[in-house]
Amino acid sequence: MALDRLFRRRRTRGGGRDVPELWLKCPACEAQIYKKDLEANLMVCPECGHHLRMSVEQRVAMLVDEGSFEQTTGSVKPADPLSFSDTEPYAERLRRYQEKTGRSDAIYGGTCTIGGVPALLLVMDYAFAGGSMGSAVGEELARGAEQAAAQGRAFVTVAASGGARMQESVLSLMQMAKTTMALDRLWEKRLPYVSILTDPTTGGVTASFAALGDVILAEPGALIGFAGPRVIKQTIRQDLPEGFQRSEFLLQHGMLDQVVPRAELRQRLIQVLSLLHPEGAASGA
Amino acid sequence: MALEFEQPIDELEARIRELREYAEEQGVDLSDEIELLENKLERLQKETFSNLSRWQRVQLARAPGRPTTLDVLENVFSDFVELHGDRAVADDPAIVAGLARFEGRSVVVAGHQKGRTTKENIHRNFGMPHPEGYRKAMRMMDLADRFGFPFISLIDTPGAYPGISAEERGQAWVIAQSIQRMGRLRVPALAVILGEGGSGGALAIGVGNRVLIMENAWYSVISPESCAAILWRDAAQAAEAAEALKLTARDLKELGVVDRIVPEPRGGAHRQPQAALAELRRAIAAELEPLLKLSPEELLRDRYRRFREMGAVAQS
Repeated sequence: MALDRLFRRRRTRGGGRDVPELWLKCPACEAQIYKKDLEANLMVCPECGHHLRMSVEQRVAMLVDEGSFEQTTGSVKPADPLSFSDTEPYAERLRRYQEKTGRSDAIYGGTCTIGGVPALLLVMDYAFAGGSMGSAVGEELARGAEQAAAQGRAFVTVAASGGARMQESVLSLMQMAKTTMALDRLWEKRLPYVSILTDPTTGGVTASFAALGDVILAEPGALIGFAGPRVIKQTIRQDLPEGFQRSEFLLQHGMLDQVVPRAELRQRLIQVLSLLHPEGAASGA
Repeated sequence: MALEFEQPIDELEARIRELREYAEEQGVDLSDEIELLENKLERLQKETFSNLSRWQRVQLARAPGRPTTLDVLENVFSDFVELHGDRAVADDPAIVAGLARFEGRSVVVAGHQKGRTTKENIHRNFGMPHPEGYRKAMRMMDLADRFGFPFISLIDTPGAYPGISAEERGQAWVIAQSIQRMGRLRVPALAVILGEGGSGGALAIGVGNRVLIMENAWYSVISPESCAAILWRDAAQAAEAAEALKLTARDLKELGVVDRIVPEPRGGAHRQPQAALAELRRAIAAELEPLLKLSPEELLRDRYRRFREMGAVAQS
């Protein structure tokens, strides 16, 4: 293994200028990994098992039944209601993220079946403004929950977010109430909501819909919490304990149902959904 | 204790007082001079307080002497019986709660509590609740539902406490649960932003059928200081961040986030707390009355509709 790694490293350095994007360095063990291998392994480091962030398209593909996905997101476009500007106007930032991701805002998803169970799956895109939740993301989530309730679908979210979006100020804060209250449409119909937390999920997203799954699953090693580690460190002026705010820590403290490795996530989700939504499992297949 | 922009006013007031005392002691007539200064004071006050910047409002919202939740409970409500504890871990002094009477009617109240002195503030954790505080608030919502009493929350927090113990005990989870619990109330729910409406820690008890705000209070997704530290990489840019965040009562009314602004006496509620509290009593009465006529189902629908409409998107 060590020799293999050495070769990989050398090859990267040799061809680094021409094809740097073919190789990735694992942020945990620093192994150089061929990007295609990493993608085939669901962006989990084959050397150390570290879960890297994955694209939302790949996330959807790994969770849904093949050929069942129909995108519902994208028609809701973000606005700049406060004409917000810090070191860069918010409208400019939005344009930049839209260009970079090809998405109107930080969320992607649609209707699908998962192990035969009809579902509505929404995935937050950390690559778009840190997955932050403004009015458009909140609107997509609320519509998603409402549509799932109206169509008898299970609701599944995959969170990856720095929290509520600062550039829409109090309107972003209100999305926490809006998304939370929209979940009750599912409650009324006895439809399940499964929340999957991935690295990182913090702030107003953790403190609203994402913490309210009937079942909450998390990927290994994901940073999950209310305040970010930097803010906490500044407040208490001492170092944070090892493993603080990671999935395993939260499981220990009773905040999660299970920590599930990515390779097993689809199977676990199918199990949970078919138990919580047996009629759906029977009709959707 | 005066805020920086209040100082010229305080100085002028002191001079008028001195002149009056001198005139009385010496038995001389200085009424012309005094009138002149009083006119000047009037102009200065008008100038200062009709053109407050957003950052100055934030400072007024934090001014020592501003009515706190306990002051409201004492003066706007009667028969307050404090109820302690979350029935699980502890009692959180950053949130006070209990039964009270409003215009003869039993109500349940919960609110953030700041201290007036440093010692008190340490005890109250500067109004920053731990998970136990929100659990206590949720207990109060249960109580309101059980007896069909209106639930009234009083918001005044820089934010939920960001510390190790709070994270360990599920700060994000209880905030989410509290938002959900308040959204499910089958009784009239009013939220009043008294001073600081700091992010999720405020919203956790802010899911009212109607949301009221004191004229100089603020409500935002993040404090101006933290926003400046992140977006400008410099907490000293807080004044600029306050402008950008549009966090004042008037901004929030325009955005549809609050329903009513409770006017404060000129110079802020901390200068004439009793007058401010009298206005608050009138505002609560006016907002509560129509809600009392609604059925539990109507109240639920009304609250969902209110929050479902929040936000601004370009196209739908």
